[in-house]
This record gives sequence, structure tokens and C-alpha cells, in this order.
Amino acid sequence: MTIASERVAVPAAERRLSPEWLGNIFSKSLLHVVVIGITLMWIVPTLGLLVSSFRSPADIASTGWWTALSPPFKFTLDNYTGVLNTSNLGTSFFNSFMITIPATVIPVTIAAFAAYAFSWMKFWGRDFFFLALVGLLAVPLQATFIPILSLFVKLGLTPDNVGFLGLWLAHTGYGLPFAIYLLANFFRSLPTDLFESAEIDGAGTLTVFFRIVLPLSVPAIASLVIFQFLWIWNDYLVALIYVGGTADYAPLTVTIANLVNSNGQGWELLTAAAFFSMIVPLIVFFSLQRFFVRGILAGSVKG
Amino acid sequence: MSSVTYDHVVKRYTSDLTVVKDFNVEIKDKEFMVLVGPSGCGKSTALRMLAGLESISEGQIRIGDRVVNDVAAKDRDIAMVFQSYALYPHMSVYDNMAFPLQMQHMKKPDIDTRVKNASRILGLDNFLVRKPRALSGGQRQRVALGRAIVRNPKVFLLDEPLSNLDAKLRGQTRIELQKLHRDLETTFIYVTHDQVEAMTMGDRIAIMNAGILQQVGSPGEIYDHPANLFVAGFIGSPTMNFVPATVENGSAKASGFSVKLPKPIAATKGTLGFRPEAVTDRVTDEANSMQMKVDVVERLGSDQFLYGKVGSDAVTARVDPRMKVDPGDTVKLGLDTRTLHFFDAESELALL
Amino acid sequence: MDFSVLLTDIPTLAIVIVGVPAVLGAYIVGGEYLVRLLPDGSRPAVRPWIWVGPALIIVGVFLVYPVFGTLWRSFFDSSGNNFVGLDNYANQLSGFPNGNAWIAIRNNVYWLILFTLLVLFFGLLFAVLTDRVPYESPIKSLIFMPMAISFVALSVIWLFMYSYQQPGDPQTGTMNAILQVFHHDPVTWVQDPKIATFALIAAGIWGFVGFAMVILSAALKGIPGDLLEAARVDGAGEITIFRRVIFPLMMPTIVVVGTTLVIFALKAFDIVYVMTGGNYDTDVLANRMYKLAFQSPFENGLSSAVAIILVVAVVPVLVFNLRQFRAVEARR
Repeated sequence: MTIASERVAVPAAERRLSPEWLGNIFSKSLLHVVVIGITLMWIVPTLGLLVSSFRSPADIASTGWWTALSPPFKFTLDNYTGVLNTSNLGTSFFNSFMITIPATVIPVTIAAFAAYAFSWMKFWGRDFFFLALVGLLAVPLQATFIPILSLFVKLGLTPDNVGFLGLWLAHTGYGLPFAIYLLANFFRSLPTDLFESAEIDGAGTLTVFFRIVLPLSVPAIASLVIFQFLWIWNDYLVALIYVGGTADYAPLTVTIANLVNSNGQGWELLTAAAFFSMIVPLIVFFSLQRFFVRGILAGSVKG
Repeated sequence: MSSVTYDHVVKRYTSDLTVVKDFNVEIKDKEFMVLVGPSGCGKSTALRMLAGLESISEGQIRIGDRVVNDVAAKDRDIAMVFQSYALYPHMSVYDNMAFPLQMQHMKKPDIDTRVKNASRILGLDNFLVRKPRALSGGQRQRVALGRAIVRNPKVFLLDEPLSNLDAKLRGQTRIELQKLHRDLETTFIYVTHDQVEAMTMGDRIAIMNAGILQQVGSPGEIYDHPANLFVAGFIGSPTMNFVPATVENGSAKASGFSVKLPKPIAATKGTLGFRPEAVTDRVTDEANSMQMKVDVVERLGSDQFLYGKVGSDAVTARVDPRMKVDPGDTVKLGLDTRTLHFFDAESELALL
Repeated sequence: MDFSVLLTDIPTLAIVIVGVPAVLGAYIVGGEYLVRLLPDGSRPAVRPWIWVGPALIIVGVFLVYPVFGTLWRSFFDSSGNNFVGLDNYANQLSGFPNGNAWIAIRNNVYWLILFTLLVLFFGLLFAVLTDRVPYESPIKSLIFMPMAISFVALSVIWLFMYSYQQPGDPQTGTMNAILQVFHHDPVTWVQDPKIATFALIAAGIWGFVGFAMVILSAALKGIPGDLLEAARVDGAGEITIFRRVIFPLMMPTIVVVGTTLVIFALKAFDIVYVMTGGNYDTDVLANRMYKLAFQSPFENGLSSAVAIILVVAVVPVLVFNLRQFRAVEARR
């Protein structure tokens, strides 16, 4: 017993005095300093905007946002009420929902149909079409705008005639390659045995799709829905092109960008408007982050 | 009537990839038939053709008198237990078993009766609301069986159903499966690569290799009278001893010993085969004895196996567990000539 | 506040929320019903097209057809009636190094190199650093958060960071306030042509590091622990382990993240459009294409040529992606 405890005791004492051990402690605390420092740096831009959105116009113009963090505290909601009254932010907020919900549901549903066929049916040209979809992931959307706009005009699919329909379809087209790619990869990873077992049990194509494939793919579909939702909600360019001309149809991003570009708008309105547009994505992000991250991983790591 | 007949069945994927060749077997009503062979021998494909999961390239498969080549899987009145169990992970045990019945549009009370009945037989009563995730391996295996039982099929197909269980559970489940077969009075067709499962469970065994049926017979027949070198080597553990030998005057001569054959054969060269239990420490006849240089001694308690060389040939012997032997010793062993086998050098068919 | 618009239009929204899935569901159920009316043998041949049909048609209409349409238009003048051959391309590519499209091309190259490499560098650094602290996940959420907001909001945030007051006045922009602390004159970050592009790229990096970090961190955690332990037993130091074991194992993921970033860098638009409108030498191809097409005098031909230049720039990445994809498929 004594020998054993001695054997343990000696190196322990040594370790406590060794320079290596000191180095270890030093690098450990350095690591914490660096990590926390970087994180602070990363949240400063957002924090600055958030704090400013609750300050009076005079304060914003005369002192830095950080001075508001020390007493006396003088926060106000005036910027938010102001921006909601003077600009079309209420309408835009509603428009963002009108655009985002169908532009998420349509591509995810159509992609689920297609991904099911790509992963569990045989048909002529299957591999070619799938490869083409993967290739289309990289196409710059800019190269599609003019022909589609003139097609919309020709067919009368303009906002004044059909509301958001044209924009929904455009978002569907742009979102489908990624959606199919992500879902097909997931569907393909489901065990073959399940499908064979269902076949012997007498389940038809629809039954297999609705009662087996979809319930088992809830995580993948949730990831995709969140991904697509945020993508559409945050989209600026596509909305600008297809409905940007009419203020009645502008989503939040378009309205806020107009605020930036119109002269004479003070920071007070802009900060509040920007934060207003971030509320929904931030709620989605912080409550469903797990799915969002999983979607990003499934989309990029596998390929 | 629910016999199953394979009539000159062929499965071809491409012109030069044929995985099942001219397969002919008749499986009797209520029989427990085991298809056994090494992996890739075509046994699973043969079963999957019967299930309707693979098309049949040539020949006919009949269930009873009905040719099922063009009948959809769901209409063949069969049930299948998969190696992975293929349980639907998002459904409860109850729903897993009810699913095939719902697909047949059976009425709810009838479904309930059947599921409850099957779960009673399998001892799953207390787990009906659980998801497969929350079950042990053995319980999942029983749910898979239950899903087959509820359908009350004419034929049960089982594809390596025990290979995902641990050794102890596998032994137990073998016994339960035999009991289930007796209770259900249905034809069972069971695919495995494990010759122990084949020997212990099958009424009859069909051995396949490289897409070709080697032999069909009861476990006893196959063990005692293997039709060729492959079957002889595949069945039995430790495997049968094979030594090259020449035949002269009714005696087979190997490198380290010679032995009188029980009856004359029409060959001069081939492979002499004898199981380890035919080589023992009881020497009854000096003429049939041999000297073995022992390399490895394996003591199993009930048995003692010696691995070593007789002349230049590797031989395994089963000796009395009380016999004292060490590696490096040379021991004298006797050969029981009643269970000798001799295989033709060219055709590898059994001549003895 | 006037929310009356919400009240009047909520029925519309409700109809859309219920109606859209109903139409899609009816399509597939109806399609399958029709397939069942067909004779047994032809069902497997027809069924897949019911399922992939809508996707193929929509992708064809919104991605394939317009790319060729744009290519076609790029050979015509602004009226769209007169064939001009390659004139539009010659026009845009003349005046090297400072004329026409060249500033935009130069800036796209800056984006391509600086944005991609720095995002990868910081992403990898943060992934490795956060992997070693116990409060990893909240830290990662905060760094990842910019991915959830729009580039428009991101641009507002950074315009505010970069805002400028006369020297001597109190600086309200964070960046200039920091300079002030070091007794440096304030800088017009987004109006000075020498630095504006880099200021925009910095904002882009801020937005994307979280994305790279999350993916690389997952790859890092995918490296089996016993591999690192084996290396430690073999006597490798932490830096050697990173260089010789971790980094090579993460390479495939780095490549995937890198190609995603390259594609984004080539297509960069929102940040530039909102923050500077392409002024102060910050133009990029996507923005140039937009301005040519949608601002007077509406140069459709020229803008189509710019769009095609952009497509051509993406093609090598696309080919690379497809190769990677096929290699992965082959391993399945």
C-alpha cells in the first residue's frame, strides 16, 4: 500500500511544479479569453443595432450606441411605432408571410414527390435528370430573370393579375434542385427492407409514401422547411425582380432596402425596421436551430 | 395445400451474371425447409423470387397448384421475416402487426383479435404500445414474427432471422421457432448461412453453392451421406478431414497411413474424407491406425480436439477429454472405417 | 399603427395555407388513381413521371429555359430585334483594366479569393477553438446567428458599424469609434473606393463564418477520438496532430464548403446593392447585370451578356461539383 501511494504521490508533486503544467493552465485561460473575445466581436454589430433601435433620434445622431449601456438609461419604443406608421412595414410584414408560406410549401411538397421517384422508382433518364439537378444548384439566378419576366408579361402572370403566384412559382423553381437533392439523399438512406416488407404487406405507392416515407423523413423535411422558409423570408433579389415594382406587394426586405436608399431617412427608422425584419427569422432560428443546422449539414457534407 | 415447387428456376441479372441456376426443389406442405449455403450462393435470391421481390428469369415457381411467376407479392399469400426485421420505426408494436391487415382492408375488430392473438403467442402483450426503438433485439425479432403470423399465410419465409441476435438468444429462439412451426402447421422456408441452424431446425435441408443446388435431404442424410465434397465440407463442425489418397486393392493410401475401404470403388485417385469423431484414441485394428504429430490441443470440457499432421496431411481428431496430450507429442490414433467417405478427383462426387 | 390590411387579407392567407397543399395532395392522389386505371404492365413505366413531372416541368421553365433565353438575348441589341453577334460581350469586356465590366470582374475576384479563404480560415479556427470549451453550443449559436437574417438586415447592421462623422465630432459608428480611441482620423469605410470593396467583403465574412464553422465543426467531431489518441501515443504534439491528422481528414468537407462559398462569392449581390449600389468602385457582376437590365436605359442585350459571363464563371465550379458528386455516388 505504501509503495503504491508513494508512486502516485511523487509524480503528482512534480507535475504541479513542472513548466508544462503552467503552460497548460496559461493556454487554457488564453483559450477562454480568445473564444469569448471572438464571440463578443461577433455580436457587437448586432448588439449595436439592437441598442440603437431603442434610442431617441437625437441620441443616435450625437453619441455612440455603447454610451446607452451606462446610466442614465433612456430607452424608447418611439422608433418602432414611428417606422410602423410612416412606412409600409405592416403591409410588408404580411406580404412576407404571403410570399414565404406558399413558396415553402409548394417546393417542399413537389420536391418530396420527385425525391421519392428519384430514390425508389426506376425510369428512363433518372440518373441524368438527377445529375442535371445537382448541376442546376450552381446556376446564377441573374441569368434567368429577363426571359422569365417577359414570359410572365406574355402570360399575364404579373402581380396586378395574379398577386404573388408568379413569385411563388419562381421561388419553387429556384428552390427545387436543393430540396430534391436533400430529400432524395435522405429517402435513399431508408432501409430497402422496409419497402419490400410494405410491398409484401400489400401497401401501394401512395400508402408507402404517406404512411412510411413521410413519417420517417420528418427530421429531413423539417430541416428543409426551415431552410427554405428562412431563404424566402430573407430573399431580396427575387422579390425585387418579380414584385418589387409595386409597394403593395413588397416584402420586408424590399421595403427596408428602399428605406436605406431613400434619402433623408434617419438611422432611428432603419435600425427599428431592420430589427423588425429579423424578429421572425431569429425566433425560427433560436427555437429550431437543431433542424436548421441538420439541413445545412445534409445539404453540404453528403455531396 | 401449400406446398412450394421450384421448377427449373433461373435468376439472371445480366447475360454473364446468373445467380440461381436450374433450381429444382419441392417443398411439402407444412414442412420446415432450410436453404443453406455460403454468402452469395443464391439462397436469398431463391427466397426473394418466391416472395415476389425479384422477377423469375426462367422456370416456374408454384405455391400449391398456382403458378406465381406473375402474381404480385401481396397476392401470393406469403409472409416474410427479414434479417433486419424491417419493422416500421415510427409505428408502435401493435400498428406494426396491424399494418398488413389494414392493407387488406380487414375490419378493425378482426384486426384487433388477430394482433392480440399473435402477441399472446409471442409474449408481446406488454409491449404493444411501444415503438421498436424501445425493444430489445429478441423482442423486435418476435414483432417481426408477429407481423408474419397475423396474416395467417400459406407460407412463411424467413431470411436469416436470427443473425442479428446474440449467441445465447439465438439458441433459445431456434427452439421457439420450431415450436411455432409445430403450432402454426404452416410451411416454413428458412434461409441461413449457419449450418448449425440448418441442422437443428430443418425437416429437410437444401444446400446451395454458387447458384447451384447441391443436395436436398434430412439433416441425418446430409450429415451421414454428403453427396459431394462441398456438402461434406460445409456441414459439420469441426469440418470433415480431407486427405488426398490413391486406391489400390480396395485400400486407400494417404501420405501418412492407409486404410481398407468398406467396399470397392471405381477410382484410383481422389479425396478420402472422415469426420473428426471417426479419429479417436481407441485403436481397434492396427491396420487402420495412424501416428499424429500434435500441433494444437483444444479442450472443450466435454470433448478434446487434436489438430496436427499425419504424414503431410492436416488432420483433426476427437479424443477422450481425459487423455493427456500436449502440443509436440506424437500420438497413435484409430480410424473408424464405417463412416469413411471418398470423393472422385474430377467430379468431387461421393463414391462412398 | 394601421394593421387593417392584415385583417382584410387574413382570409386570403388562410385560403392559401389550406388551398395550396390541397391542390398538391389532390394532384398526387388523382395521378396515382389514374395510373391504377392503366393495364398492369404499363404502370411502372408511367408512374414515375407522375411523381417527378411537376418538378421537372417547373425546373425546366424557371432554370433551364431562361438560361438559354438569356444566352439568346445576349446576341441582340437593347431593342431585342437586331442580331449583333458578340458585340455585347466585346462591349462589356473592352476597356481593360478600368472600363465597363472590368471593375466588377476585379471585385468578383476579390470576393472570390478574400471572402472564400477568410471565411474558411475563421470557420476552421472557430470550429477548432470552440471544440475545446465546455460552453461550445451557445457560443456557436451566436456566431452562427447572422446566417438567419437577411442580407438586407446584415447590410443595415454594417452600414451602422461603418457610419462616419466629421473628424472631431463624436463618432457613432463602432469602427470609427475604435479608430478614435487610437487617435486615428475617421475613415469613410464604404465611400472610399480604395477600401469600400474590402469593407463589404468584411461584412459578408461576418455573415458566413458561422456557416463554415458549423459544417467544419461537425466534420471535426466526426473524426474518431481513438485516431487522435493513437497520434498522441505516437508522440505527436497538438499542432502536428492538427496538421497531419485533423486537417487532411477534414479536407473533403473544406472542399465542399469552399465550393459553396465560391458560388456565393460569384453571385454576391444583396450586400453590394444595399450598401453602396455598386458605387465607389464596389460593383460586382450580379449588380452590374441588375443595373443594366432594370435601370434606364434598360440594356437587355448587355445585361444578358453580363449574366452569361457570370454563368461561364460558375461552370468550372459546377463541373467540379458534378465530379465530386459522381465520386460520392460511385462509392455508394
